[in-house]
Parts: sequence; structure tokens; C-alpha cells
Amino acid sequence: MYTLYATWIREGKLKPDPSWNDELGIKFTLQDPCQIVRKSFGDPAADDMRLVVKACVGEKNFIDMTPNKSNNFCCGGGGGFLQSGYKEQRLLYGQIKDSQIKKTGATYCVTGCHNCHAQIHELGDHFGGGYHAVHAWTILALALGVLGRSERIHLGEELQEVNLPDSSR
Amino acid sequence: MSDTRIKLKGKSPFKEMVMKLLPDGGNLNDCLTCGLCASGCPATGMDDMDPRKFLRMAALGMDEEIRKSRWPWFCTMCTRCVHACPMKINIPQLVFNARRLRPRDEMPKGILGSCDMALSKETNSAMGCTKEDFSFVVEDLLEEIKEEYPIWEERNLQAPIDKEGAEFFINQNSREPMIEPEEMGPLWKILNLVGVDWTYGSAGWAAENYCMFMADDNGWKTLTERSAQKCDELGCTTFLNTE
Repeated sequence: MYTLYATWIREGKLKPDPSWNDELGIKFTLQDPCQIVRKSFGDPAADDMRLVVKACVGEKNFIDMTPNKSNNFCCGGGGGFLQSGYKEQRLLYGQIKDSQIKKTGATYCVTGCHNCHAQIHELGDHFGGGYHAVHAWTILALALGVLGRSERIHLGEELQEVNLPDSSR
Repeated sequence: MSDTRIKLKGKSPFKEMVMKLLPDGGNLNDCLTCGLCASGCPATGMDDMDPRKFLRMAALGMDEEIRKSRWPWFCTMCTRCVHACPMKINIPQLVFNARRLRPRDEMPKGILGSCDMALSKETNSAMGCTKEDFSFVVEDLLEEIKEEYPIWEERNLQAPIDKEGAEFFINQNSREPMIEPEEMGPLWKILNLVGVDWTYGSAGWAAENYCMFMADDNGWKTLTERSAQKCDELGCTTFLNTE
């Protein structure tokens, strides 16, 4: 899906506008999903994801984790860990990811996978980082000016009113 | 260090079985014991285990200890160890196959329950979302979006189910229709703006597959086939994962 988003942006079929974040300067980082990057499509898919995120939030507002792409750490949400009943171990596993995200200083972590989304959301709460986990479609719709009021459940207070579409039409 | 003496049993039927399944035997006999795998693994240290130890246990024929270990459920099979390994040893596949060493009723309850639930619904939903539930949620949300933002009526926003001949067959994690339906709208809008011809399937739309995590090959295959068959039946040319 991310490769398609990137293709559509390159072809001009999607025209996200990152200027909503020029003055706000809200920082975003990105979790490379193991399944999509390391295990399936490699670094080209990771580069496509970065193209999409930067096109939506602005180049200067994207901060990468280290290490990243094919060398990224798993967040701990994969392999069925979320449903295995071993919550204590799952959170312990996620400590590396939590500290990686905290080091970027980003308020938002774009998660390209449902398991990552659930796990990173929980890590932010559990370890007190306070960062949010958001799906890529959320920031893409935000930068396209089509993200409705009710579609902002994973966004913080500061983004509830930003780039809202006109509801009168 | 443990002071318990390990009695070696020689060959490991478990390792032999896994090697037969994998191309080049997963290189399982090629370990240099360098420890790169363990040093970069987030599950290292849990239950006093790590990827290198796990492979050594298989090499030493400690099949019973492997069968009893909880560690295969702490490893997410992320393959970072293979990425780092100079010999490209497939430790995650050793872990995956270790998961199947226990009887079905001793699998972690959450994973077993999700697998069984998905098998019992033609939607494949691990959360038990039925065909009827799904189409109700999708239609309801579509209406709500058009009410709140009439522009989407003009732009002819759609969320088709079982549209024959659509290019993309798109799946969806059950969490959206069941817990956060609002999260489906942004994707529909993006697809509308691009002008993509897409559809959900009334059967096999759910993206999750917990049978796979349990190494239940038959269950995994059943779920995957349901989705693929629905995609074929509708004549869609591309199966597209929302992730």
C-alpha cells in the first residue's frame, strides 16, 4: 500500500500539501514494519514510506529513528505477541523501541502496520513517552485536506482543528 | 551460568525436521556462535534465553527443553537476527516450528481463540465480525461521512463490497469495523481522489491471520484461500493489503 501511495504522489494523482505544518513544526517519526521492509520488500519500500511521510508533514519535520529501514528493531507487536497473553514480556521487549522513539523527540510515530500501531500506542502510554501512534492514511488525508473531524481519534489536541475540511459543502 | 549438568541426547529430531522443510536446511548447521543474533535481539535475556542459545539447544538435541520453553512466543520472528547473521541462519523458522511442538489446546489462549474464531466465520475475522456486521458498519459510515461533508456525495465516495471486476481487492483489519470504524474513512477518501476501482469482499475481507502465528498450517491455508478465492471469484486483478 505504501508503495502505491508513493507512486500516486510521484505521478501527481495525490497532491498532499505539508504547509499546514510549516509553522506548527510538529515532529513525526516512522516505524518500519518488519513484515513489509526487512521481510518482504526491503529498503526501497522503506524509502517509499519516507517519501509519503515527508510529503505530508514536511521534510524538516521528519526525524528518523536509529537504526532504521532493514536494520530497524521490531516494536514487539508482531508474531502474535499482542494476543499471546505475555504482556509483561511484550512491554519489556518494546523498551528498545520506546527509547528509540523518545530519542527522536517526535510527537507522532507513523505506524505502517496494525500490530505496530497497537503496540506503539501502548508503549507511549506505559512508558510515559506521550507520543501518539498514527496510521499513514491519517496524515495523508490530513495533508490532502480531507481528514474529517471524527477521523482524528489518534491525533492530539493540537491537531483537532488543523486543516479541517469545509463541512458546508 | 547454570550449574545443572546437561545430558546430551545427540541428534535432534526437531532440528532435522525443520532442516528438511527449509531451503538449504535454513543453514542451521552453519552457526559460528559469534552472537551477533543475540546482541541485536530485543527478546534476548527473557527467560534467560536468546537466539544463539536457542539454536545451540537444537544443535545439542535438547528437544524436550525447546518444547517446554515459552521463549518462542516472546520472539516475534522479526528476522533481525538473520539480517545480522554472517551465515544467514534461519533462526525465526526454527522458532516458528518450535511453536507447533505443543498440542493445540496448550497454545496461548488469545492466539488460539483468534484463530478458531476466524476459522468459524467466512469473513476470516478473528474478532468475529460477520458479513452482516461488516456491511452494516461500512454502509453506515459511508452515509455519515456524506452527511457531515456533502462534497463526498458530489465526488461519489464509495466503499463497495463484492464489486465484480474491480481492479483492487482490499482487505481490512477487523479492528476497524469492530472498534474504530472512523479509521476506514480516510483510506476510502484517498482511493476516491486517485480514482481507484476497488472493492472489499463480503467473505475473506479480514486481514489478520492468527492461525499463522500458531504455526497451524491448515488453518493458515484455509483463511488465505478464502480471501484469494473471493478475490478470484470477483475477477479482481490485484490483492491489496491495507498495510
